[in-house]
Order: sequence, then structure tokens, then C-alpha cells
Amino acid sequence: MMDFADIQGLVRSGYGQLTACRLILLRVADPAAARAWIARAPITTAADLATPRPTALNLAFTAEGLRELGVAEPVLAQFDASFIAGMGSDEARSRRLGDTGANAPAGWDWGVGKRLPHALLLAYAAPEALDGFLATLDWTAGFTVLAQLPTAWMDGREPFGFADGLSQPAIDWSGTPNPDQDAHLTYANTVAAGEMLLGHANEYGTITERPLLPPEADPHNLLAEAEDAPGLRDLGRNGTYLVHRQLHQDVAGFWRAMRDQGGENWIALAETVVGRRMDGSAMLPPCPAAIPGIDPDDRAANNFTFDPDPDGLACPLGAHIRRANPRNADLPPSGGAIGRLLRNLGLTRQNLRDDLVSPTRFHRILRRGRDYGTQLSPEAALAGPVEESGLHFICLNTNIARQFEFVQGAWLAGRNFDGLSGENDPLTAGADTYSIPQPHAANRRLTGLPAFVTLRGGAYFFLPGMRALRWIGQG
Amino acid sequence: MTPQDNFMVLAPIAEGRRGDLETLLASMTDRPGRADPANPVLPFGAFDRLHVARLLVLEDLAYADLGEAATPPPPMLAFLGDCDGDAESFRRDLAARAGDGLRRLFAHCSDFTADADLVDWMRAHETPPATAYVNWVGRTVRQVREEAALASFLRARPWPGPPQEARKSIVAAVQAEQAQGRLPLSPAAATPLGWTLRRLADLVLAPLVLLLLTPFLILIAPFYLLHLRKLEETDAEFTPRPAPAHVAALARIEDHDASNQFSAYGNVKPGAFRLLTLIFLLRLVQYTTRHIFTRGRLARVPTIHFARWVFTDDKRRLFFASNYDGSLDAYMDDFINKVAYGLNLVFSNGVGYPRCRYLFIGGAKNEQKFKNYIRKRQLPTQVWYKAYPNLTAHDLACHSQLRRLIEDGPMRDEDLVATLRLL
Repeated sequence: MMDFADIQGLVRSGYGQLTACRLILLRVADPAAARAWIARAPITTAADLATPRPTALNLAFTAEGLRELGVAEPVLAQFDASFIAGMGSDEARSRRLGDTGANAPAGWDWGVGKRLPHALLLAYAAPEALDGFLATLDWTAGFTVLAQLPTAWMDGREPFGFADGLSQPAIDWSGTPNPDQDAHLTYANTVAAGEMLLGHANEYGTITERPLLPPEADPHNLLAEAEDAPGLRDLGRNGTYLVHRQLHQDVAGFWRAMRDQGGENWIALAETVVGRRMDGSAMLPPCPAAIPGIDPDDRAANNFTFDPDPDGLACPLGAHIRRANPRNADLPPSGGAIGRLLRNLGLTRQNLRDDLVSPTRFHRILRRGRDYGTQLSPEAALAGPVEESGLHFICLNTNIARQFEFVQGAWLAGRNFDGLSGENDPLTAGADTYSIPQPHAANRRLTGLPAFVTLRGGAYFFLPGMRALRWIGQG
Repeated sequence: MTPQDNFMVLAPIAEGRRGDLETLLASMTDRPGRADPANPVLPFGAFDRLHVARLLVLEDLAYADLGEAATPPPPMLAFLGDCDGDAESFRRDLAARAGDGLRRLFAHCSDFTADADLVDWMRAHETPPATAYVNWVGRTVRQVREEAALASFLRARPWPGPPQEARKSIVAAVQAEQAQGRLPLSPAAATPLGWTLRRLADLVLAPLVLLLLTPFLILIAPFYLLHLRKLEETDAEFTPRPAPAHVAALARIEDHDASNQFSAYGNVKPGAFRLLTLIFLLRLVQYTTRHIFTRGRLARVPTIHFARWVFTDDKRRLFFASNYDGSLDAYMDDFINKVAYGLNLVFSNGVGYPRCRYLFIGGAKNEQKFKNYIRKRQLPTQVWYKAYPNLTAHDLACHSQLRRLIEDGPMRDEDLVATLRLL
């Protein structure tokens, strides 16, 4: 059974009812005072969500932050390798993530060098209550503020005007996934708890690597014993990694490009770029059968896969939502047990594009972002002026390389997703080219598309479980 | 059809010369690890039969797993590549046109002398693979380049009208280009008779031998399995995290192209049991790569251009090299999710591999242990060449499909539309 009191609330909820949110980037000024503040911070847990609350607070740390707070190197070395290195740390990672050119770390507002945060404080409240709530959190003895990032509530839209945050994986809170591949012959929207929470079994049926400490490193017995390593204390348990990227959106530029390329069908063109209608409805009809893990209320928007649309006629292969979540199963459709065996051995006839896209279930993320700036209608955006707007993209995952970095690098920034050649995500990755399949002809190809999204900052954080948070606070 | 062949020169590096060698190798690149096709030492781009090639220092990074008494073998220089036509004539071509550069490279090897005959020396140091994989048997570099040029031409302009009309305009436009001497599409050369006969003999004889051995194999199977399970229960796993500096050094030379290289070197588990198992299984894999997986896919994996497994050191060690599309993490995920059984069959005979049952269950399915194991044994490839930058194996297959528009005559509407969609 999940111990919700040990899990920060953000894992279970995006706090949609608390429409005001500020993201505060902190640097440790005085480690002892910082630890003392952490130990008494009123952190919201997943158990607290049972009753409505006027405010919520969550807290995460970068590897550098943990180091500043006194976490020893041998402990740090056991965290996720990407987390230890950091998002903007090296050219190879930037190359893989598409963080080059205008998105390169050298141009970020925050995230590298002296502008690397040590901690991220996520504060949520009703709009009139946020300042008052923040005033009660006096962190000044321990931390200095690197930036207070405001957010704006856009009522389920993002600055371009599209409904956002519609598709989320459903966490299997039972904690006992079925690792048998034959159980994944059709797409399901559920993921093993271990994909989003350390210390639990992941989609492979194993527990993702995380710091395990000898008992002497936990003299006050704050941590739980590791499930898969008796005798060791699990610092990762019920924690996860939080990926934060500040994505500036050129709203006017986006609609200008759509109008220039789409003529009177400019809105429809924008919808093919995103892969959904502006109101969030799907471009494909719902599957007749319910997809496991899709909320019944969400059926209209989400009960679909791309299987009925292999050529991308309804939703182009390179559309944003198809790249970000291809909704495929472990195997292309293969018939019965014999068919599956032959398929696994590669002995069946395979279509040109079979198996180009990795099974989705190993690459899911839980999105918890907030927008900033203003949300305008396409017409208003074109008329201008447009306030600086964008998305604080925030996602949770336990294996940064296999989940966030894979989705970002191979699927969004990747120039060969699903057999496409030389084009990446037109919405977020600055694709010059975008191919739109046509019913009886060659693809329609848009060229000369500018980048609509620019990365302004980013970092990898560890969002600890409550026990681990107390362990960090106790020093 | 022109079949592909491969070569691999392997020679010990002279003591104290490794630093100089690595400096020379670095001078051959235009980005970290990526060969400058026109570099003066070995101008890879001048050899239009060469698909991929690499130069690297082969060293055993995991020898310590063999026990406290183990010592690392001396580092070797490996120079390997995949070419159209037979490797022997390619060696001669190399020696004739890049002899000076090769001498500069091989001068760092302990048994190379200035007066050595290059072709003889390379042949003497040839280390053939136990198994080699070619994505598309018979597809030449020339064909790849001609078809890529055709695809660029077709993609540069719209082809309006109903599908059959579009096809007619495409054919006419390409023929007009060809009349001007552009967009050549050379016909395939005749398949060498000897190659065809050897293939045919292998196709028939290998199963025949297996059939003859079957009674014996059935007889020993229970004992084999018992012993195998005992070993699998007791063989040690060595899957610690690779050092961050090692991973960073590997990452520095990755993702400069749509494709990447992969080189890994590990130890075969000691004893005749594991060695014979490995030899048998690699022979089995070889049979499939010769006769089944010859058209774009290795089982379910469509992203590998060329790959090989090579025994070295009296079969005490195994070298694996591949050329694949995408990033290393995606490549490892592909392997784990699609062909874990195949990886396990071969690599579970390597020292330290994550625990398997019956040779094929488990192993790579232990995702992080497997990735640690792989990364720990992965070697930086100091110089890597690919004759068609930024083209994936899937791109090449699409380009060949586009060629059919020109050469196949009328197509059914359905096939025609599917082909036009590749534009």
C-alpha cells in the first residue's frame, strides 16, 4: 500500500484548484539555517489532498543544492546520472535534447553557473492568498532568492490558446505492475508507480537505482528500509525527479506563421501542428473499447490511439502530441500467440515503418507545468502587443534518461521520429520543415517555419519523499 | 548484386606510443570522434566502396572482473570497415591510395616495420568476425548516393495531380535529368558466382549438419541444461555504474550524426562450456544474418546499418561493433524491448552479464544493470566514418522505394500513393 503521507502532493496532483502559483528558485546561503528551515517547512503531502486546502507547498533540490546542504559525495553519486550532471551541464546532453543555438544553456536566464538554483519551492494558493502564504515562509536565514517566477492561470489553455494538460498517465498505485510483455499488447494509459516514484517497481518490474544508505548514515532512523536491499536505508523512496524548463512561447510569431502558411485555414493548420483541436478534442475518433487508465470523463478527448491512422492522414506523424505520446503498444498488431512469437523473432513480414517507435510505456512523464504571461485569441495575438508568455514545463519521472530525455531528445527534438526525415517537432523544437500527409498524393510540406519556443532556463531537481526531506533537513 | 564484405586489422600498440597514436587519430576528425572524410591520413571519402569504418584503441576496461590476479592485455589498434565487393581488393586499394597514411598509423604498432608490405601486413593482422550483419545485403554506397540524390530531387518540388499523373510527371522529369547526365541510377552489377554458391552451400549444409547432430544434441541436452542452470545460478554479476568521466567521454563523441557508432569489448566466461555455447550461438546468429535478416532489419530492429561480433585473444574476449541510428539510450532501449532474448543468448556468456535463465530469459530485461554493463565495456571510437551522413537505415529503405517509381513501371494506386507519401 502506498504511504501517501510520505509522498509530496505534487506527485498526486497539479493543484488545479489553487490557481495562483509561484515558482521560487533558491540558493543556499547558510546550510545550517537552510536545513533548519527545511525541517520545519509546511510541505504538502499526497495524504493532505484528502481535504481541500487553501495553500500547498512542495520543495525540490538540484544535485548542487544537496551538496550545499551537506549530502556526502558517495550518497550523491547514487542519484540518477542525468540529475547529478545537470540539465545544462555538458554539450553532449544539450546536443541530444536539442538545447543548441537559441536554446543553448549559455543564453539561459537561469540554470547554469552562478544562476543554477539549489532548490525549487513550488507555492500554490488561491489568488488573493498567495502573497500572504509566501509571507509566512521566512526562508531568508537559509536561502537567497535567485528568481521568483510568476505564473498565470489560463484555465486549462496554454499561451498559444490550445487546451493543455489533457493527457496524463494514470499511476498504478498498487505498486505491483505486471512485467510480462504479453500483458502489453495493446496501449494502456497506466504506468507502474515506479516510473513516477522511486522505491517502487517500474515498468520492467525492477526498482530504479537511487541512493541506498548504510544504517550509520541514518542515525535517527528517519528513512525506510530498501525493499530490494535489506539492511540499507532508502533515501529515494517515494521521491522522484522534477524536470523544470522555462519555455518562452512566441505567440505572435506562431500565429503569423500559421496565417502565412495556412491562408484562410490558418487555425486548422495550427491544429494539425499540435495534433488536437484548439478546444482539446482529438483528431481521431475514440476507440470502441475503453483504454485502461483513461478516465471515463476523458473518453472524448483521450480514448484513442494512432493505430487506425498509420499514415498520419487524420493526425500527421510529426504532430506535437503524436511525438510526445505515440500511444503504441510493445508489439505491432501480430495476431495470436504464434504470430507474436514469429513477430518477436522477426520472421513475419514487416511493414516499412513497423517498430520505428519505441513502446510508449517506457517513456511516460507526469506533467505538472504552469503557464506564465497572458493567453490571447489568435486574432488578438496577431494584432499585438503580446506580453512575454510561455510555459514553465515541469514533469516528474524516476529515470531522467529513459523518460524525459528520451521524449525530448528522440521524439520531440529528434529528426527521425517514426520514419520522418530531417524534421523535428514543429511546435516546440524549431522544425524548419513539417510534412502533412495527404489522402491521395505526396505530403504537403511546410518549409521555412521559425522556432516558436525558446528555452530560457532549466534544471533537474530531486523531489524527495517526506522521510528523505526530514533526513536532508536534519543534516 | 554486389555483396558486402568486411575487414578488421588488429595489432598491438607499441609500448609508449599510445599517446602519439591517439593524437594522430584525433587529427583525422572534424568533430569529436567523427572522421573528416578528406583527412590527409586516411581520406575515407575517396573510397567509394566504403560504407562505414572506424579506428580505435581496443582495451579491456573490465579485466578486473576476472579476479584480483588478472592483468589487462596490451592495448591494440583496431581498424575495421565494411565495403562493397571483396575485402582483399579493398585492402589493395587502400594500400595503393592511402599507403603513406596507413604506414603512419601502423607505425604505432609493435610489429610493424617500415619495409613491411602493407597488404601482406594487413592480411596477416586480419581478424575476421564470428558473425557480421549487413542491413541490406547488396546495397552499395554508389546506390545509396544515387538514390539519395533522386530523393532530394523529388522532394525539392511538388508533384501535383492524381497519383498516376504525378508518377508520369516524376518519370518524365527524372528521365529528362538523366538525358542531361544527371540523376544516374546505375543497374546492379552481376552477383559473383562464387558468392552465390557459397551462400547456397551454407543455406543447405548448415541445417544439414545440425540435423545430423540432432540425436547427439538431444542426448546431451539434459546434462547441458543442468550444468547451464548451475552456472547461471553461480556466475557473478558485475554491473556497477560506469564512472561519470567514462560516460562523459563516450557522450562527447556521440550524436553528431543521425547515426552513431558503438564499440564494446568484454571477456568470455572461462571454460569450454561457455565458449562452445557462444561459438554455436554466434554461428546460429550468422545463419540468420546470412539468410533471413538481409533486408532492412535484424529481427525487429530496423536501425542497424552494420554490426559484427569478433573473437580476439584466442577467443578469450569478444569485440562487438555496430553502426546504428539514434542515440545510445534509444539503441539500448530498442535492444531491451525488442530483442532481449537475442542479446542474452550471446552476451550472457560474457563475464559479469546480468543474470539469465536458460540463456535467454532475464538478462537485458534488468534494464539498468544491462545499461551499466554495456556502458562499462563500451570503448570510445576515436575515428568513425559513415559514407552517408545523417541518413538512417529507414531513409535508405525509403529512397530505394522511391526509385521504384522510376524503374518499376505502372503501380497499383494503393502502392503508388504509399510511395508518394515518402516524398
